[in-house]
Amino acid sequence: MSERKPIYLDYSATTPVDPRVAQKMIPYLTEDFGNPASRSHPYGWTAEQAVENAREEVAKLVNADPREIVWTSGATESNNLAIKGAAHFYAGSKGKHIITSATEHKAVLDTVRELEREGYEATYLQPEADGLISLEKFKAAIRPDTVLASIMLVNNEIGVIQDIEALGNVCRANNIIFHVDAAQATGKVVIDLEKLPVDLMSFSAHKTYGPKGIGALYVRRKPRIRIEAQMHGGGHERGMRSGTLATHQIVGMGEAFRIAREEMASENERIRMLRDRLLNGLLQIEETYVNGDLDHRVPHNLNVSFNFVEGESLIMAIKDIAVSSGSACTSASLEPSYVLRALGRSDELAHSSIRFSIGRFTTEADVDYTIELLKSKIGKLRELSPLWEMFKDGIDLSKVEWAEH
Amino acid sequence: MAYSDKVLDHYENPRNVGSLDKNDPNVGTGMVGAPACGDVMKLQIKVNDAGVIEDAKFKTYGCGSAIASSSLVTEWLKGKTLDQAQEIKNSAIAEELALPPVKIHCSVLAEDAIKSAIADLKSKQGH
Repeated sequence: MSERKPIYLDYSATTPVDPRVAQKMIPYLTEDFGNPASRSHPYGWTAEQAVENAREEVAKLVNADPREIVWTSGATESNNLAIKGAAHFYAGSKGKHIITSATEHKAVLDTVRELEREGYEATYLQPEADGLISLEKFKAAIRPDTVLASIMLVNNEIGVIQDIEALGNVCRANNIIFHVDAAQATGKVVIDLEKLPVDLMSFSAHKTYGPKGIGALYVRRKPRIRIEAQMHGGGHERGMRSGTLATHQIVGMGEAFRIAREEMASENERIRMLRDRLLNGLLQIEETYVNGDLDHRVPHNLNVSFNFVEGESLIMAIKDIAVSSGSACTSASLEPSYVLRALGRSDELAHSSIRFSIGRFTTEADVDYTIELLKSKIGKLRELSPLWEMFKDGIDLSKVEWAEH
Repeated sequence: MAYSDKVLDHYENPRNVGSLDKNDPNVGTGMVGAPACGDVMKLQIKVNDAGVIEDAKFKTYGCGSAIASSSLVTEWLKGKTLDQAQEIKNSAIAEELALPPVKIHCSVLAEDAIKSAIADLKSKQGH
């Protein structure tokens, strides 16, 4: 067995910290370690300056005002703060109905579930088969008491990009607070919050070559959006999120977002080329299905189902590459991906899906190796698969009466 | 998930993969599980005139433990009488492969596959 680390193709799970980012962070751990809230000495002033520079970089990537950026511990916290914070603040004046989609990240879905336990009502929109939310269905879900809608910009599993502008305009017209989870979007799609009708937007550093444990929430100033704090304490971040700021993490996020702003155009071009190379290679394998729309999609994501091959054995077979499986077989639950199920994929295809996500350090050789690996391992597993044999014999598997267990 | 060396060995080098002629009166075929549940096992046994299993083949759609469980039982079945085959218990399969608790169902499925193949053979032979 090789001791070599597998090829990393799981950039949607997390990214390595860019070495330039790590370099910039280090002094803030050892030398410039001051508390940004310390007003009485240069240690604090230096840290505060670093935090404000980073805030400006984050704001610049999404064309926002730095005063609209609130630091959090990551996108999960941002989603919690945005959804609970706005729902609580505006429930009295607007109502207690929330609209979201069934393919949101768990940090949104579970937050909305929590609000349901508090007495809110929620509508979970089912996406179309391509993963996109229908504008008509979105409009139809609006009620007089709808207070908030939360739709992600880029889906974490299938990489599809929702039409946030159109959805946001509907929210504006109906006086609904609009939150967007953009954790998977920064550095991949252009975000212009001066134009986008979005009130609250969640960001994460570690999906964009920054460190884990730091994120931000965009809170619009014009028109001003109010949220109730979820974390109480020293009144940091204008009272919206208390807690001593993690200067080195914040510096890392700022630098990561600066690099993203400067390099995303050329980087995405290169990554799209690699993704297309991977796609064309994998499509040479029979009975292979792409999950999610290919046009409205970030360039680095490819989610593919290999029919008649079971997901966990596939993951075992391709352990030389690090990817995500749409099947949670590896946990105790045996649940296929809820995102792929929401697209109407069968359990079998959902089970046998692989998410490849390409990134800054992926090479053409990595992609070529992956294609050859998949070709050979899928072939081997299909030789083992009674379903493949039946398919080749022309048996319609949907008509077979299985002994469910 | 960490697999035992035995599971990995059967997974990497599965024994007795393939199919026997299901129309042969001396061949019993068992197909258990469902694609939606993530595992389907096809197990076939062929008996000689003395009622001893002389060949066994499998194909499995499922996780590594499911593949290993079915590969293992094809080895165990050869040379056994149907009565002896009937006695193979899932606990023995799970123990041999050191299956973790979440994978015990794979050994249960393998036992079911044996019973189903024997039942098919017996019904063909008019027992």
